[in-house]
This record gives sequence, structure tokens and C-alpha cells, in this order.
Amino acid sequence: MGKTAAEKIVSAHVHEEVKAGDFVIADVDLAMIHDTTGPIAIKAFEEYGRKRVWDPSKMVIVLDHATPSPNERISNLHALLRSFASSQGIPLFDAGEGVCHQLVVEQGLVAPGGLAVGADSHTCTYGALNVFAFGIGSTDMSGVMLTGKLWLRVPGTMKVEFRGAMPEGTCAKDLMLHLIGKIGSDGADYLALSLCGETVREMSLSERMTLSNMAIECGAKAGLMEADEKTFAHLKALGGPVPKPLWDDDDADFASQVAIDASAIPPQVSRPHSVDSVVPVTEVTGTEIHQAYIGTCTNGRLEDLRIAARVLAGRRISGNCRLLVCPPSRKVLTEALAEGIIAQLVEAGATLLPPGCGPCPGTHLGVPGDGERVISTANRNFKGRMGNNKAEIYLASPATCAASALEGKITDPRKYLRS
Amino acid sequence: MESVLKGRAHTFGDDINTDYIIAGKYTKTLDFAALAEHVFEDIAPGFAKKVLPGDIVAAGRNFGCGSSREQAPIAIKHAGIGAILAKSYARIFFRNAINQGIPAFLCDTGEIEEGDSLLVDLGKNVVELPDRGKIIPLTPLSPVMLDILREGGLVAYLKKNGTYLLSR
Repeated sequence: MGKTAAEKIVSAHVHEEVKAGDFVIADVDLAMIHDTTGPIAIKAFEEYGRKRVWDPSKMVIVLDHATPSPNERISNLHALLRSFASSQGIPLFDAGEGVCHQLVVEQGLVAPGGLAVGADSHTCTYGALNVFAFGIGSTDMSGVMLTGKLWLRVPGTMKVEFRGAMPEGTCAKDLMLHLIGKIGSDGADYLALSLCGETVREMSLSERMTLSNMAIECGAKAGLMEADEKTFAHLKALGGPVPKPLWDDDDADFASQVAIDASAIPPQVSRPHSVDSVVPVTEVTGTEIHQAYIGTCTNGRLEDLRIAARVLAGRRISGNCRLLVCPPSRKVLTEALAEGIIAQLVEAGATLLPPGCGPCPGTHLGVPGDGERVISTANRNFKGRMGNNKAEIYLASPATCAASALEGKITDPRKYLRS
Repeated sequence: MESVLKGRAHTFGDDINTDYIIAGKYTKTLDFAALAEHVFEDIAPGFAKKVLPGDIVAAGRNFGCGSSREQAPIAIKHAGIGAILAKSYARIFFRNAINQGIPAFLCDTGEIEEGDSLLVDLGKNVVELPDRGKIIPLTPLSPVMLDILREGGLVAYLKKNGTYLLSR
């Protein structure tokens, strides 16, 4: 019997052969905290009475969830994080640098075959680079800061194979929403996803990150992909950790297998207030929208802004709808400026926000009003998620969000993408 | 940890996510009493005021799904909740609750109703509903989670042991 990628990567970090179901203590290659989860982790760490974290070079702190700070309380939490980073020698990305997951990948802080933890549930994003990466809480993080290790149960693996080419107008986001709608919000609970197949191989790294990012929305611990020439090309330019790629054996013992024909999936929309309430866009076309949001760790990268600009360039958004655009990093913002995309979006009526995560979890900026509907490229649409429990959130691709902003109602993006 | 926990049930359905337990807008604080005032606010307004110390949350499947924010179990704990029962937990929340020293157990909560008197007997590994003569078995926690819980949470566990211990 062969092994899954999850079993192999964990084995390499436990220094013995382990299998799904085993309880193990694993070495951690990278530990990330941010301004929502970091202060509690630091407070817990300080209770151990140890002066130094196990290895400051394997940690990173990002200020992104409420940036630039909206009030003195959050400013003081930011100051606490800056002071801890400085006294410990931990690299810190300050307000305005970008969203934690985008920065970890962009800066080359993880490499294939690695094991990374973050005090944020969307840490599974790095699975797109063949990293066994998952979210943990702040106290678990304090234990990592103390020992460099974490106990875990080795997950079983659900193999998800995407076949065929995505039709025009369908984005990586649509495939992942479809999968989550199909298996449900706990459909992969305690499992790792192996996201594979020709559709994934054809995708850019950015599209792959969109898939892995949402693995947690069906309860998965990780959203792993095989490393290939695209992964290595990305890493080569950055000079990060040495890649040790590992992948599923053909005869691995998979907990379950799912096959999805990508060529048959039209643009999808997730309806309020649950991510797994997914329908084709045509079922909700015409629903009035008051705000569209393009950004987040799921879908704010250069390619996402490009397709939004393709829909919006030379047009003007509806007078009844606001459009917020938030690039997930300074690098993405700079590149989008250089390409002229930002100008096209702003001329179409978009409001540009500083790189960060604030609007998505309702911690800063872009809070909808009572009874308002938002269409967003984010990963969650729970009631109250964007800061108002009397608002509704729909989730969709950047193309669908851009088209919906144009019309002020949920709109099939395909009519604006035909050349 | 007491070997018998007593409290009134507060029931919740399936897929109660961490945003519902504590909204993101309240998470930016180290004042845990202030967090507790807003626990379950978006789905059960006034919940924090109704809780008596030792009350028990009885939920359905996938309790605590969503964010890794440990503010969720912290808010539950500081509101005075003495234990959580659920049909299943989202992985991160389950660990966070145990790390906070909150007795969080798995059992079939389907028969528990709002306001039921509950008696969680950890010696017998059951939940008793004395008023209705029902007994529900608990699924045992993994040894490592039980050890952490017995110490009152991960910080106390690591202060005592210095590292994780899996073999017992």
C-alpha cells in the first residue's frame, strides 16, 4: 500500500513513517501570526516564562486584519506585535504590506514538502505549493513558539480530481464553490484534500491558491497540490527553503475520491448565509446588489484584478452599487498599477482600499448597511461576517463580482467576457 | 476538572461557525470579559445575559467551523459556560476549546432540549438527563486531549511537561 502526500509530508516532519489516524508530534517549518490571533498567542507564550521563541527565523508576524489601524485599541495591539517582533528578532510585515497568506507565498517563506502552521484558518492556501499547511488557534501557536512542534492526528485524504478545461467565464473560484456545494461545509472534516487532475495542472499558481485557500470551507485540514514546473519557477526567483516535493502514490489509501468535470461548470454563486449553499449564477441573476468587493486572500491577485478589469474597462458601475477593490499585497498593487489595471478599475467607479483583510471578516472598512446585499470574492458569507448581521453576502468569482457591480444586480459575467 | 459537571442546556443547531460565536468586529481585544458580552450575539441576541455559571452548550454537527479565532472558545468560557457537547466539532475549534480548558465532548445531542438539566459524568462517560430519565454515552476524547484538559488547558500542560507527551 502506498502513501498519501499528507502522510509523507507529516512522516518527514516526525522522522518516522506514520499513517492516517496516527497521533504524532511534528516539527514546524513556519509559524505565522497576525493582528487578530497574535496578541493572544503572545500573551499565552509569556506565561511559560521563556525569553525566546524556539526559532525566530521560522516565524512571521503580519499586520493585516485591521490596517491602517482604525482606533487606539487596535493601534495598541499593533504596537504589542511590533515590540514582540523586534525583541524576538521575528520578521514583521507592517500595515499596508498585504494579506498574510499572499505575503507568505509571495516572499517564498514556504516550499514544497514543508509543514507550516498559521493562526488563521486560511493557512491551507500554501497547499497550492505542496506545503502541508493548516490553521491553528492562538494557544496551540504559543506551544509552537515554545517547542517548534505541534501534536496532530495524521489526516486521511480525499482525492479530488478536476478534469477538462474550464469554460470561458468560469474561474478557479467557481470550481471550488462547486466542490464545497457538492460535499458540504463539513464534507472533508478531519481530511486533507488532494486537489489534482489536468484542470489543476493547467492552472496558474494564483488560481491554484484560490482552490487551496477554500479547503477549510468544507472542513479540510489541508488543500494539497502536486509541485510542478510552475511551482519551481515561482520559488526559483525567491531563494526560500529547499523544496522537497512529495505526492500521493497511485496506490495510496484514500479515504474517498471525487471527480469533477470542470468543462461542465458555469459560473457559481454561494448564497447567504452558508458557503455550501451554491448555485449556478443563472439561478440568482437579477438579485439586487449594493456593494461588490474584489480582494482577499482568496481572489485579489493580479489575474483576478485583470479579469475584473476586462469586464469593467471602459464601462461604469451602477449608480446603486459601490465597488471596493483591495489588492492583497503591495506587490500586486504595484504590478496592477504598472499594467494600468488600477486606473481602469478606478475610472469604472471602484474605490481602492489599502492592501489588507479588514472588510472580509468585518474588522475594518466596507461594512454593509442593514438590509444591504454584498457580492464578494471572499471565502465566507456567514451572517454578520462583514460586520453587520442584517446584511447578506453572496460569494462569487472576480468576473462575476465585476459584472454584478456594472449592473447593480447579480450578473452572469459571460456576456461581458465575449470578445 | 470536576468529574461531574451540572448545568442547564442551551441548544444550537448544525454548522455554528466561529463568526456566530463571536463576530470579527469584537475580536480585537485582550479584554476577555468584554468578548463574553457578545457571545452568540448574531444568532442568539441576549445570550450572555441568560447564562448561569456552569450552563452547558449542546450543539449539532460541525460546531465551531470557520475561523481559527480562539476568541470563540474564550468568549464561551468567560460567559460562564461550563461544558460544550456537540455531535461533531470543526477541528480547529475543538483543539482551541480543549486548549482553553473547556470540557468539550462528543455525543448525540439530538435528544437534548433547551433548558434541560444535564449531568455530565466523566467517570461513567455519559450525559444524564435526570428529569427525563435519559442517558447519552460520550465518545472518549483522544488521550492527548484528555491530558491537556485534565491540566486545565495547554498553557498549564506545557508549563508542567515542557513539551507534548503522546505515550502514556
